[in-house]
Amino acid sequence: MNNTITEKPYVRYTLIFLSLTFLALFLVVPLITIFAEAFQKGWGLYLTSITEPAAMAAIRLTLLTAAIAVPVNLVFGIVAAWAIAKFEFFGKRFLITLIELPFTVSPVISGLIFVLLFGAQGVFGKWLADHDIQIIFAVPGIVLATLFITFPYVARELIPLMQAQGNEQEEAALTLGASGWQTFWKVTLPNIRWALLYGVILLNARAMGEFGAVSVVSGHIRGLTNTIPLHVEILYNEYNFVAAFAMASLLALLALVTLIAKNWIEWKKGE
Amino acid sequence: MSIQVKKLKKIFNGFTAVDDVSLIVDDGEFVTLLGPSGSGKSTVLRCIAGLEAPDNGSIEINNEDVTRVPVQERRVGFVFQHYALFRHMTLLENVAFGLNVRGVGKKERNEKARDLLQLVGLTGLEKRMPSQLSGGQRQRVALARALAPQPGLLLLDEPFGALDARLRKELRVWLRELHDRINLTTLLVTHDQDEAFELSDRVLVVNKGRIEQEAEPQKIFDEPASEFVATFVGETNRVEGTVQEGSVAWGPMRFKAVHLKEGTKASVLFRPNDVYVTSHREKGGWPGIIRSIQFLGATESLEIEIEKDLNLTAHIPKGVAALSGFTVGEQVYVMVPMAHVFASK
Repeated sequence: MNNTITEKPYVRYTLIFLSLTFLALFLVVPLITIFAEAFQKGWGLYLTSITEPAAMAAIRLTLLTAAIAVPVNLVFGIVAAWAIAKFEFFGKRFLITLIELPFTVSPVISGLIFVLLFGAQGVFGKWLADHDIQIIFAVPGIVLATLFITFPYVARELIPLMQAQGNEQEEAALTLGASGWQTFWKVTLPNIRWALLYGVILLNARAMGEFGAVSVVSGHIRGLTNTIPLHVEILYNEYNFVAAFAMASLLALLALVTLIAKNWIEWKKGE
Repeated sequence: MSIQVKKLKKIFNGFTAVDDVSLIVDDGEFVTLLGPSGSGKSTVLRCIAGLEAPDNGSIEINNEDVTRVPVQERRVGFVFQHYALFRHMTLLENVAFGLNVRGVGKKERNEKARDLLQLVGLTGLEKRMPSQLSGGQRQRVALARALAPQPGLLLLDEPFGALDARLRKELRVWLRELHDRINLTTLLVTHDQDEAFELSDRVLVVNKGRIEQEAEPQKIFDEPASEFVATFVGETNRVEGTVQEGSVAWGPMRFKAVHLKEGTKASVLFRPNDVYVTSHREKGGWPGIIRSIQFLGATESLEIEIEKDLNLTAHIPKGVAALSGFTVGEQVYVMVPMAHVFASK
């Protein structure tokens, strides 16, 4: 290596050592702890912990929430990115900023917004009560809060890519006789597929792992309105550590799968 | 097919990109819109294709008003400057795309696409991806793709703009030959006057959203209709003066200006190639001193001082310059047999 353009060896080794130590202390050790605690009393208790009815209900609710949030925000993300990247309109910059809003607002506040809107004392509270519709402290509230929190993921991945790609390929498809729909399926979608998948993976991880916003709207009714993260908290507060870490290990596993999928997609994107 | 554009107008955010443009392209003709970037020539082309909606005026293809007809139904082949090939498709799939979306069966469309790849000289590369091709090859694929749905006319938007000079020249010859073979009505947009002159039956010079002149290439060059056209299609010497006794005086030299009124302010333009330089005095020659000689490749550029502060540029073929043995400081005689005089604005 050329000495004129690189740092002195001791600087390099110190920096590498510092970052690796930090990584080990704050990321690897906790991850190992989760699995160590979860399997502390053996496989049997681990399996029982994640298959007891309240745990299964939490897993089901988490999967249901993700099953709604992912496709809905996938479609909205594409629509928003398409509008921003391909058209010029008044308020475009404002819309871009607005899409990022869920990232900049504390999740607890995001949850609170829905309580203020749909809660018993909320704006639509009376109307909802009259029509016997429950949103807050029920599944719809959890889904709405998750939708709000995970809205930016797909759009954020797609906007810069679609802006960089421009309209030329779509215009070429149109002059060749393709309809708008054909152009989308045969030209636009294949061009954005890796970025789209990347956004979906992150969106899914957040939808399953969201705590703050969901916690505010959930009401923590065991077996009914608890998602995995909420269930973990309840178990932990009851000093039921094995069960708490067993549930937490599911989320940790999801995180690992997400990381691997993310890296694989990045590698495919680069190809 | 023929194209007829009448009083086309297009405004972008208050900027008039195309201002009352009318043009006609006859069936089988090769016509070029030549102009600097930002002159609106591409917008005219995109309006004809249906990629932009004009704010005013009408577009007819084969005597049929298509102003409000969507792009898919206009049957135009469009070639973009940056190729716009579908990145995720092979060459064969790219070329077959226009047939695919029209519901042509796989066997038939692949056969047709293979024929077209052969026409553009890319047989054997059917399975390649666009990223594996050179720029020139990509543009030929783009052309094959545009031709696949059998369009009634071909629109080329700066098709060679992204290629290097040598390749541009090569593809120019190839495109003209292809046009002569398939005889498809073609409208080309370019800022390169060599390209326009070499390829076209007719050239329309565009400036600031308007057509400045419409003529055969030779006529555009020899008889430019305006000062803009004269300066855009080639290098010029430009001098200014007032019309007196039917000519404009510049130092000792006189340029005939019988078409202008006495006392009009006028500018005189003549090409460095049209300046005739000799070592010995000939009839009508004006004396001058060579102030510098610059090597330009095939020609040499002489800076000649006629009088103090009156300089002109002459381009001499290298062979002629070598025979004459011009040197800096030498006294020579110049004649300008061809000059264009325009009233100043």
